[in-house]
Amino acid sequence: MTIDLSLLPDGGVSWLDASGANSDIVLSTRIRLARNVDGFAFTSRAREGERLRVLAQVREAAGASESLAGAFLFRLDEIQAQDRMLLHERHLVSKELAGLDANHPVKAGSAVFLGDGLGVMINEEDHLRLQSIRSGFALGEAYERAAALDRELGSRVPYAYHQEFGYLTACPTNTGTGMRASVLIHLPGLVLTKEIQRVLTGLQQMGLTYRGLYGEGSEVVGNFFQISNQTTLGRSEDELIEQLVHVVRRVIEKEEEARKVLQRDAGYIIEDKLWRAYGTLRFARSLTFDEAMNYLSGVRLAVGLKLISGLSVYTLNKLLVFSQPAHLSYVEGRMLNESEAAQARARYVRDALASEAGSNG
Amino acid sequence: MICDSCKERDAVVHLTQIVDNAVTKLDLCEKCAAEKGVETSGGLPAHPLGQFLADVQQQTSIPAGEIGRCTFCGASMKDFRASGRLGCPRCYTTFEGSLRELLRRVHGHSRHVGRSYDAPEPVRREQDSIRGELRERLRRAVESEQFELAAELRDKIRVLDQ
Repeated sequence: MTIDLSLLPDGGVSWLDASGANSDIVLSTRIRLARNVDGFAFTSRAREGERLRVLAQVREAAGASESLAGAFLFRLDEIQAQDRMLLHERHLVSKELAGLDANHPVKAGSAVFLGDGLGVMINEEDHLRLQSIRSGFALGEAYERAAALDRELGSRVPYAYHQEFGYLTACPTNTGTGMRASVLIHLPGLVLTKEIQRVLTGLQQMGLTYRGLYGEGSEVVGNFFQISNQTTLGRSEDELIEQLVHVVRRVIEKEEEARKVLQRDAGYIIEDKLWRAYGTLRFARSLTFDEAMNYLSGVRLAVGLKLISGLSVYTLNKLLVFSQPAHLSYVEGRMLNESEAAQARARYVRDALASEAGSNG
Repeated sequence: MICDSCKERDAVVHLTQIVDNAVTKLDLCEKCAAEKGVETSGGLPAHPLGQFLADVQQQTSIPAGEIGRCTFCGASMKDFRASGRLGCPRCYTTFEGSLRELLRRVHGHSRHVGRSYDAPEPVRREQDSIRGELRERLRRAVESEQFELAAELRDKIRVLDQ
């Protein structure tokens, strides 16, 4: 079975539209709530029958949920690897749930509900992983939507909950609120001024952590950092979010300061570097993913510094997602090998930039 | 640290041997260690959280083997040490003491102060799913030879069936 992503409201990527606050620096905000169904072993220890029953229970509850009205259910165990990869590249399912790791193939009962900026992964490490994604810096709003969905599902599906420990999760690092609040932020100024390490160390001292573009275990590419809370127990959801808001605000200020310093002290060097990045993307005939990410980071900075005009942040955001291997294969209508993908990527980026090139320079 | 044997790969196994009353130290990579017949995974926690818990147990004198297996899913602390994941919600009660200490170290607290939760009344749930759940527990109980529990569960299912 092949999935039709156009069925999803805005392809499931409305968070790319750069409509949110601070969207020149903050790409997106995400809230994840980990929940488990009482009376079943956690996913990794659950039998196929148990996983299917978890799916059936969640499905029933989701069907009655207003938050998920119009949402689609994708059974990952019934669709092809290529399609699962598409969902992963859109940040809609984790690599684990999509079974993209050769050692961990997709498991029976793996599924995802996808609505507009809201979703539920089923039979991931925890039975339910509720996800709320918003464009830009919007932690409060993202949490409200996740919490509303949580109330709806929790009133029908009995969650595993402990009076002392809170929501019970497969991994004790998520126990308590089960909440991971994260902000995907672009920090080229801090990287170029070499201030980034100090900022990241500071985050860790405040009980926060950072990861790459794809969450846990992923590397930092294109100067994108995912900043999130590290601990989930002993503080309320509101406190955790409030602290993250406070810290991210400071990080945004620091990034803005760094950009000013760069322009003041190294104006033409930076300007040259960013235009070269633009030139490469505009004319290269082959681009690896990391290359594309790094040059796109430069162009995004150039747009932020108003060196390049007429190019929208939305276009740059879309390029992050659509220049990935599965998306390129999807557009080309066939599986691409690495060098074919590099050529297709260069072509895709060239076309996207050319269509907005009207008022450059 | 480079492997003392091949001088190429990073050393991950650190051996201290006493030969003829002299202490020798040997740092080996995984491959050379395996070639020399050094057991690298025997009983060692394979997951960082598992290691963490092993340390906690050592310091708080909770013997790792003493607490046995979870009555619901059959997972032991050894399983947790290997995977860093618990087997089921009941594990939190079975291994409460060790986990409270682990949670305190991981999060700085062990008491949840966030949103509280009341599960929906069982009557609102489908009778079928309750029966299915009991049958699942019965299967587990029989597999792990917990016959007393199995008999109790069988009786509950009979009551529901009537």
